[in-house]
Amino acid sequence: MIARAVRYLDERVGTSPAIKKALRYVFPDHWSFLLGEIALYAFVVLVGTGVFLTFWYEPSTAHVTYHGQYEPLQGLSMSKAYESVVDISFAVPAGLLIRQTHHWAADVFVVAIVLHLVRVFFTGAFRKPRDVNYYVGVTMLALAVLEGYLGYSMVDDLLSGMGLAIGYSVAMSLPVVGGPLAFLLWGGEYPGASSFLTRLLVVHVLIIPVALGLLIAVHLATIVRQHHSQFPGPGRTERNTVGTPLWPGYALRSIGLLLAVASVLVLLGGLIQINPIWEWGPYATFQSTNGAQPDWYLGWLIGALRLMPPWELHFGDVTLIPATFWGGALFPLAVFAFLYSWPALERRLTGDRRRHDLLERPRDNPVRTAVGAAFATWVFVAFVAGSTDRVFVQLGIAYTGQVWFWRVFGWIAPFAIFWLVKRVCEELKRTEAHPLRGWSGAIAELGRGGDSAGYTAVEQSRESPGSRVGRRGDPPPPPGA
Amino acid sequence: MRRLARLWLRRVPWLPRPVRIALALACAAGSLAVVALDASRAPAQAPRPGPAPAAGTRIDPGLVPEGRALFVDGCSSCHGFDARGIPGVGPSLFDVPPGNADFYLRTGRMPLDYQRDEPERGRPAYGAREISALVSYVASLGPPGARIPRADPARGELGEGFDLFTEHCAGCHQVVGQGGLTIGARVPDLQSSEPTDIAEAVRMGPYLMPAFPESQISQSQLDSIARYVLYTRDPQDAGGWGLGHIGPIPEGMVAWLLAGSALLLVARLIGERTTS
Amino acid sequence: MTEDESRRVVAEGRRAEALVSALLVLASLCAAAFVVLYVVHDDTQLLGLALGLTFACLAVAAIVAGKRIVPQETAVEERDRLLRPQEVEEVDAIVREGGEGISRRKLLTSAAVAAGLSAGAALVVPAASLGPSIGDRVRETPWSTGRRLVDRQGRRYRPDDIEIGTFYTALAEGANPNDLGSSLVVVRLPEEQIHLPADRRTWAPQGILAFSKICPHAGCAISLYRYPLYQPTSERPALTCPCHYSTFDPATGGKLLFGPAGRALPQLPLMVDRDGYLAARRDFPEGIGPSWLRIERNPPGESQ
Repeated sequence: MIARAVRYLDERVGTSPAIKKALRYVFPDHWSFLLGEIALYAFVVLVGTGVFLTFWYEPSTAHVTYHGQYEPLQGLSMSKAYESVVDISFAVPAGLLIRQTHHWAADVFVVAIVLHLVRVFFTGAFRKPRDVNYYVGVTMLALAVLEGYLGYSMVDDLLSGMGLAIGYSVAMSLPVVGGPLAFLLWGGEYPGASSFLTRLLVVHVLIIPVALGLLIAVHLATIVRQHHSQFPGPGRTERNTVGTPLWPGYALRSIGLLLAVASVLVLLGGLIQINPIWEWGPYATFQSTNGAQPDWYLGWLIGALRLMPPWELHFGDVTLIPATFWGGALFPLAVFAFLYSWPALERRLTGDRRRHDLLERPRDNPVRTAVGAAFATWVFVAFVAGSTDRVFVQLGIAYTGQVWFWRVFGWIAPFAIFWLVKRVCEELKRTEAHPLRGWSGAIAELGRGGDSAGYTAVEQSRESPGSRVGRRGDPPPPPGA
Repeated sequence: MRRLARLWLRRVPWLPRPVRIALALACAAGSLAVVALDASRAPAQAPRPGPAPAAGTRIDPGLVPEGRALFVDGCSSCHGFDARGIPGVGPSLFDVPPGNADFYLRTGRMPLDYQRDEPERGRPAYGAREISALVSYVASLGPPGARIPRADPARGELGEGFDLFTEHCAGCHQVVGQGGLTIGARVPDLQSSEPTDIAEAVRMGPYLMPAFPESQISQSQLDSIARYVLYTRDPQDAGGWGLGHIGPIPEGMVAWLLAGSALLLVARLIGERTTS
Repeated sequence: MTEDESRRVVAEGRRAEALVSALLVLASLCAAAFVVLYVVHDDTQLLGLALGLTFACLAVAAIVAGKRIVPQETAVEERDRLLRPQEVEEVDAIVREGGEGISRRKLLTSAAVAAGLSAGAALVVPAASLGPSIGDRVRETPWSTGRRLVDRQGRRYRPDDIEIGTFYTALAEGANPNDLGSSLVVVRLPEEQIHLPADRRTWAPQGILAFSKICPHAGCAISLYRYPLYQPTSERPALTCPCHYSTFDPATGGKLLFGPAGRALPQLPLMVDRDGYLAARRDFPEGIGPSWLRIERNPPGESQ
């Protein structure tokens, strides 16, 4: 049966050598290599649910009066686009499940990409030969964020309208080209031409998904060509990969991960409400709500917009740099410029231009780890500052005070974190202790439950005299001493 | 606690001592913040205590002497013994609509501890009869016949209420009535507001809130708004757990803390070998 | 570890096999439940639970099968050498051979580059038809001398309709309400509290002030108005945008009190027309909406 299928293909396209090689492809064993796969599988769920939604969504700004199932909207005037999404939620069987699964998948997609990026950055996986693939990945992060923004902006509910107004203002704020550019994108002054929602739809369901699909293909093909990187360990060298072959063990596990991602997303989609647009109501340019927020992956931008002082550079009649530019455009440009330039920057700093297939632990390169942590802190402060209004509502910490605190803290914290992380890494490197594993076997038993030998045994079996991970000299005191 | 601290300081020799201390302090501060967050959130969630003499306040000239006595005792330090106010401290109560006094007293916003505090909802300092007495006293300072504003949600229309709430109220109270921020004041959520509270607040504009006159929001529109506000206590969460109806912040937390950690756990289980 | 240190362990997983079979049966049951629910009771929570558990059972089954049933193998695979210097040179040579015998290489190259660039530019030009040129379009608002203010239902405002202590949304009569230039926020202040600059003295008849409802920071609607019940112990009246909390002072002609907006809130000069309605005295003397390169500024100078 199997032989016949393989033979069928081989006779026509000669695939047997490739299939044989693929089945024996070796995946190194470490959980952190699965983060990218989680993102990939979230993308699969996004495409599946998204196709269903396109059958119902109508990109029309035509005004209609609602007479559907949701009572509070009865008799309200709204755009057809908004009505069609309310109908997906209330009138289409399983529509709300699919819509919410789609939205959760978008949120988790970006979570997984960010986690994957963190792993790649702090283990030095972006070094040659993987630098090009790293650029591809960072590009996909940017596209994923944009894709998510366009997706929830298409709905034309109160929150999405406010988000689009901010997007338009940021586009307008680009020095010199901003105004004409925003007019081109929107087809005129905000809220734009009647074709604007169609434009969003085409970009959201065609252009960016296809771009993401192509980049994913390039990303995976490059990985297959180069093989996975791996952590150092017994028998592991720069020239080989040690791990589980695709068939059968890894294939089953990876399919299991796909199903697990789908399971988590569908469970969220069914049980936890996300973006209840019927509760936000329809949008008009003269309406707004308190506490409006973007989806989490744009939280750092609303934070930056709120933190910036009212600086606007103008010269005579010409406004060179409008106030929204700093937080809405310059900040994200700086963040992505750092991400794109770090591999080259690190090559410059270290002079290391060799090929690397063995990963470093974060401590092995204290400067990189400290720079990365400081950078993440900088972005994270802006992210946290995006929720200052809710913090005020919940905790009563004065809003203006918070804004001033974050304005200052955002510039101090990265330096403090840099110093702290560098110090910790150097110390860890010196003592060669693992934050958890070097401590004691006790914790490992807790962590691994009844799972055969336990952590220490696993670790010891991996450590040979030639290994880079040495044992600490003195055994730590038993717990409870 | 001390034992824990000592254990921590001794057991983690691979960290430099200042780092160990800093981390321990950070953990403590973090837990405190969590506790504080929890504590501050709790009263908003739990049904508020205290009597609910919702529509029970009556204006009765017979109660004025009792009201005056209560006033002198509890309110005169800010509003003055003659209720003509103390400049810079508290306003005069002459010609103040009785609904204002009723709102402030019944929702526990008055009396204030400090004049510059934002009056916030709390346990009423007075019982229903005392409130009636105080309100009657305040009413006696103004033109006769003044009445407490009322709203009847049963006569309102939900759709109209949603529309009007979005236009007039959502900018501060958030579109699902979850409260918010205006520079200078914490805008309360409306989940424990009774129809009379809503009517009184709309007409008087407590603290920094605008006051919407009848020429702007008619009585029937007010009924609709009250109906919508009551609806926001338990809106139709067709999608499941409503996450407090405040939008993307809790959604992001679910994406990171729930979905993110669940998937990390799965990855951890898959990624590490059991046989070696 | 050498090649022969690769390990292959064939597990004896009777219990695991039983577990996986049970999970697969459970998954089929959940899937069937999903279909039944879809037909008889379309409830998002139950549907999500059924489908989610289907996937969860399948996921656990696949993972257990992958770790406990099929043979466990640790293999070593050699990496490809990526760089082959000799082939690099050969490729270089092949490419170069393609240009043999060309004498005017420089001319051809520059002509080809020029042709490529102009063809590319020609292909990009149609993008301009996506939108109108910004030109004066962004300056056009529906307001002109005598244009009346109406509410959302189209009723005209008279000065007496505007009371102190609240705020009104007003639109230009007959204009598209979603037009950024159309919507206004109108408030009335006691005249002694208004401190407009000298050139704006006539803009606020009877203490009625009108401002663009669109925040000059990021284009959200100004829908917060704070008006203190008792001024001495609280903040003064202000208009705030709920997106980034830029706060403007209506009494001084919309000056920024707090927040990130780079301009004051644009004020529309008002008058009471012959029929006693509120109307625009003239168009905004400055640009409304978010700032851009050619936005017209007219800040409300120092109050006199």
